[in-house]
Amino acid sequence: MLQKQRSSPAARGRTRAPVFAALGDETRLALVAKLSGAQPYSISQLTKGFKLTRQAITKHLRVLESVGIVHSVHAGRESLFELDPTPIKEMREYLDFVSEQWDEALVRLKSFIEET
Amino acid sequence: MNNRIEKRIELKAPISRVWRAVTDYREFGEWFHVKLDGPFVEGQVSRGQITYPGYEHLQWEAVVQKMEPERLFSFTWPHPKSLDKAEYALGDHSKDPTTVVEFRLEKTATGTLLVLTESGFDGIPGDFGLEAFRRNEGGWAEQMKNIEKYVAKAA
Repeated sequence: MLQKQRSSPAARGRTRAPVFAALGDETRLALVAKLSGAQPYSISQLTKGFKLTRQAITKHLRVLESVGIVHSVHAGRESLFELDPTPIKEMREYLDFVSEQWDEALVRLKSFIEET
Repeated sequence: MNNRIEKRIELKAPISRVWRAVTDYREFGEWFHVKLDGPFVEGQVSRGQITYPGYEHLQWEAVVQKMEPERLFSFTWPHPKSLDKAEYALGDHSKDPTTVVEFRLEKTATGTLLVLTESGFDGIPGDFGLEAFRRNEGGWAEQMKNIEKYVAKAA
């Protein structure tokens, strides 16, 4: 039976940690890609295809968990990991917002320069 | 994941003109919509008040990094968690995460190429104050379209 772990207030607090920094690593990006199939994976399943130990993969998963991108779910004695795309989506939206502001500011700069 | 913004824009003006529009604090204020207290000085804090309609409650506070004449102007600036007036007023902005903004100028056959980059989003938290942005999303998108139309007509 799958049972979602209740995240403690401390764990929720940790979701404020930088998402981009957590994703600034090849292995973690590859893990996110693997998990994006929307089904939970065990650590053994996730370790396959990597030249890394189970311990190393676990460490990377914990980093992703600390920023809220990945959640662990208990299935019997095993821990399964699943993706939560919300923080990534929110960061992308924020970047898009900043990007749009620059588009607009540069259009204003262009008319300011070329029409004065 | 791409955590950097890059914009390139061709300006039909000599590099000296573009440099002035970008680094003279009064000219910068005109197009950016900010009222700055004084000139930009390398290594110093630049303060002012945003004048963009709807965002007048926001303070401008940046630290000028580099001013290499007609080549590079850069500063760091904070990203407050929320742009909502009430939430912004209550926040402690001394700990807001910062990013680096760079304006690079290059001479071209017809004028100047401006390359703008903003980087360093690594320090920005995952649950950033998006509620405030969402409220404005429609407004921004709408305004962008209006400007595009205006520019297309003017061209």
